[in-house]
Amino acid sequence: MRKKLRLISSLIAVLGVLALGATACGSDDSSSGSDGGALTMAIVAPSASDDLAFSQSMVDSVNALDRDITVQITDGTFIVEDAAAAIRGYAEDGVDVIVAHGTQFGASLAEIAPDFPDTTFVWGTATDTQGLDNVFAYAPAADEGGYVNGVVAAAISSTGIIGVVGPVEAGDAVSYINGFTAAAEAGGATVNVTYTGSFGDVALAAEAAEAHLANNADVLTGTAQMVVGAVGVASDAGVPWFGTQSNQTSLDPDLVVASQVYHWEFALEEMLELRDNGTKGGQTFEINLANGGLVIEFNDGFELSDDVKAAAEAAIAGIIDGSIDTGA
Amino acid sequence: MNDFFTSSVLVATAASAIRLATPYLLASLGETIGQRSGVLNLGVDGVMLLSAFFSYWTVLQTGNLWLAVVVALAVGVIMGVLYGIITVFFEATQGISGIGIFIFGLGFSDLMFRQQVGTPKPVQRLPRVDIPVLADIPYIGEPLFQRSLLTYLAFALVPLTFLLLNKTTFGLNIRSVGENPQAADSLGVSVERTRFAAILIGNTLAGLAGAALVLQLGIFQPNLTQGMGFIAVALVYFGAWRPLGVMGGALLYGLVNATVLQWKSLGIIPVSISDLAGMAPAIVTIGALILLARRVNAPAALTKPFSRH
Repeated sequence: MRKKLRLISSLIAVLGVLALGATACGSDDSSSGSDGGALTMAIVAPSASDDLAFSQSMVDSVNALDRDITVQITDGTFIVEDAAAAIRGYAEDGVDVIVAHGTQFGASLAEIAPDFPDTTFVWGTATDTQGLDNVFAYAPAADEGGYVNGVVAAAISSTGIIGVVGPVEAGDAVSYINGFTAAAEAGGATVNVTYTGSFGDVALAAEAAEAHLANNADVLTGTAQMVVGAVGVASDAGVPWFGTQSNQTSLDPDLVVASQVYHWEFALEEMLELRDNGTKGGQTFEINLANGGLVIEFNDGFELSDDVKAAAEAAIAGIIDGSIDTGA
Repeated sequence: MNDFFTSSVLVATAASAIRLATPYLLASLGETIGQRSGVLNLGVDGVMLLSAFFSYWTVLQTGNLWLAVVVALAVGVIMGVLYGIITVFFEATQGISGIGIFIFGLGFSDLMFRQQVGTPKPVQRLPRVDIPVLADIPYIGEPLFQRSLLTYLAFALVPLTFLLLNKTTFGLNIRSVGENPQAADSLGVSVERTRFAAILIGNTLAGLAGAALVLQLGIFQPNLTQGMGFIAVALVYFGAWRPLGVMGGALLYGLVNATVLQWKSLGIIPVSISDLAGMAPAIVTIGALILLARRVNAPAALTKPFSRH
């Protein structure tokens, strides 16, 4: 009897796993078009699909594709092994295109992709396909938007000190921060950068922002999904915030100045056209200001002077025509 | 380094340390009471996540911060009843049961967040409450006496927990069932009821810790705690099962974290070793734990289910 009762603890664990599974699996988002013949796509993302940052940028982009597609999403796969299981599962189910949205999924993809030569795997952020013929790689030129944000940030800072909250020194985070720093320093500001060491630790991000404020920063920016904590600190202090990856205006409609928004659909559309023509992978794509994959979305609720707006527009134009080097 | 040793930066670092320490302290004090009764709860993180979500959701729906605290306490009580039934009455293995509670809390809070909220939405944060006169004391006024009520409560619970454990009959019962439940039982102490009550208190404080975290941040995200509950359990060992030691551990962990962040912000820690420096709080805590573990014994009956048979 007692042994049976002890199984209840196992039952609790099973309930937990089921709850996790319910959140991680099959949060099937959208299906546009007809049931028959639609292209099937799946997204495997490390954080919540509506995180106002990295994962949401891909979900929004796939939903923006002007195609007859059916989309499945597995998000919150912060454990790489969970992501690998999801990727393999979708491949075994015959999904046509699988987006492995995270640099950390590369090793898993190198094992899985060769087993499914008819499936197209889309992996990023990454700058190479690991030599795999059925893998497309993608990366943002995040330094470009970072540079534009940096120009504006330096112009509106009174103390001349700007705080940056980053996750881990890798991927598009470091690219964004490098671009931002180059522009802000060129504008005469001092930029203090804090990498918290975590993509998900909201409390540490908040405290990193507090540390910047203590060091007289009067403008803040940051990248990755944990910045929601830092935005809260900025809001309380009345300090302007610059976003990246997704539009973060909803976090504070009065203080978010601008957001660099990733529109992956520009790269995805090209990949799908190649796939339509028989090329299942083997190429690398970059989204940037020039091809429309990166867009600086200004918040109308935050008033910028005409001079500052003109400086931002000039920076965008300069990056597109190649006259400005972001330094990244 | 000179930039760090300015009054404004030192005060900000101390304030940051106390903010960071608050959820750990609440959860660790609760876990201390539970462990002194012989019950290990590895589900603290799951309880924190559940209470954090439900208190966040309450603020989102009602705008009432104190109702959110009450909801968090209620979540803690419910989870305490569940864990008490599993471990005390069904005598389930505590380690596995705790992990089960954690996984449940992680998954269910995630599920509820996605179903009920979706995109992160900021809510109001706990207001700062200045203690008259004390808040104006130079240097220490800001970090110590310009905090939220939950922070004051967390630190007030340190002596209260000490008194509970060492100066009351109930505390004596807790300690006795944690050291020698058979002897306590033979003297007429109800081991089951005492442990159940200790678990209830522990989980309620874990619930309060979740509320303190989320209401301090003003936002919720899946897996918001990032393993804080497990650190809280480690801090109980660090503090040698004593409230004052636990408070020291929580403050040390918060202080090292806050100092590292300040040093990163000031450029004292170069970006190139930023990730390495981020491990400092864990390394310092583990180091201290290794030193302390050699001279302090855990409650003798910790993790051992009690049975008269």
